[in-house]
Amino acid sequence: MIVLADITKTFEGREVLKNVSATFEKGKCSFVIGASGSGKSVLMKCMVGLIEPTSGSIIFDERDFLRLDYYQRKEVRQEIGMLFQGSALFDSLSVEDNVAFPLRMFTNMNKKQVLDRVNFCLQRVKLENVNRLFPSNISGGMKKRVGIARAIALNPKYLFCDEPNSGLDPVTSRIIDDLIVEITQEYDITTIINSHDIKSVFDMGDHIVFIYQGKSLWEGDKDQIRSSDNKELRTFIKASEF
Amino acid sequence: MKYLAQFGAYLLFLRACFRMPDKWLMFRESFLRELYKMGNDSFLIVSIISIFIGAVGVIQIGYQLIGSLVPMYVLGRIVRDSNILEFSPTVTALVMAGKIGSNIASEIGTMKVSEQVDALEIMGVNAASYVALPKILASLFAIPALVTYSMFLSNFGGALSCELSGMISVDAYVQGLRMDFDSFSITFALTKAFVFAFLITTISAYHGYKTEGGALEVGSASTRAVVQSCIAIIFFDYILTQIMLYK
Repeated sequence: MIVLADITKTFEGREVLKNVSATFEKGKCSFVIGASGSGKSVLMKCMVGLIEPTSGSIIFDERDFLRLDYYQRKEVRQEIGMLFQGSALFDSLSVEDNVAFPLRMFTNMNKKQVLDRVNFCLQRVKLENVNRLFPSNISGGMKKRVGIARAIALNPKYLFCDEPNSGLDPVTSRIIDDLIVEITQEYDITTIINSHDIKSVFDMGDHIVFIYQGKSLWEGDKDQIRSSDNKELRTFIKASEF
Repeated sequence: MKYLAQFGAYLLFLRACFRMPDKWLMFRESFLRELYKMGNDSFLIVSIISIFIGAVGVIQIGYQLIGSLVPMYVLGRIVRDSNILEFSPTVTALVMAGKIGSNIASEIGTMKVSEQVDALEIMGVNAASYVALPKILASLFAIPALVTYSMFLSNFGGALSCELSGMISVDAYVQGLRMDFDSFSITFALTKAFVFAFLITTISAYHGYKTEGGALEVGSASTRAVVQSCIAIIFFDYILTQIMLYK
């Protein structure tokens, strides 16, 4: 479980996040939605430790991330898997080496064990016979799947997905969505998805946080979101559906 | 003020780079890969430049000595000292700044803008150390080795020029090369090579690591890296010469 308490972030005097609080539970797909510039990407970067919030706390299963030292933070980070908008695969490494990277970096597995785990992760995301290919040789959808395989290689407790469907066709988007849901439930992980895709939100949103102008304006689930009378949320949904 | 802030950021970047690698085995692999890349890929360009530095040096100094009372074999000594003390370390470093520096800045810059550096950070890897430290340490071996090679080759280029131009005999040139040799010249040249190697790779890695935006910014970072590395090289060339040769 991840708990955000009063997260505030200021850039050069401009408040981008204003006392954002939310709780993301284990085994559920939680969404952070909002218009471009609303602060949801900054919020996600704060959660994964790329940006230090000005104030507030981020608690990963009773560990306050912002109060941890360098080495304690490293331990928490090894429990985090992240799927990036642009996949962020290492260009100079093959698909196999990309997935093997966290295993080689943080475990003492031998070559065979690493290869077995890599093949298991690739099969789990329904990719086969791509081990030797490089990121430049595979499609956008395949890159996302390799990104998921890399994210789950170390059996993470927390999975963060930044715009997992951006740049993908509707069919591939659906496949990626289904994979994220399956993996979340199968490994009982806390999944947080940053998305514009309202269809995915309606389909998968066990828990939804709507960010508007840096504030957490609404929280609920996929059943409640349709009937919400929050004016800004309704405008956002309407514009997204259109 | 802006430059002071940038220098502070550069020092903080260095502090992040010089942390213990997360995994020595992976560090060793990266280090050897970088060492091979820097050394092997620069071999040809350093060879060509070094031969011509020596060859041109002989003709230019010979042109000034002809008709003077100075015996012509002294030409070998002047060319040797010029090559060892100045041309081989400095020109090799300037060429490396253009070749290795732009390569490092654009490689790390591309990793930065395509979120690969963020991916490393989120995994718990010290990204600055992972991407930059193998390159910095590899350059501390590769560039002095290339400079040593350049010293030999530039003097050989001088001999070649003597043979082709007929200005003086190769025997007289070699006599000059052997005259009053002070091994401190080598110490001085290698000290410069180490300092220049450090400057080229750290400045370039810093600019790459601080890149934000897209392809355009990667190009700008690469240009900035080369320009600032070259300025740092000539500045430290002067400082080191002052400190080490005129004590």
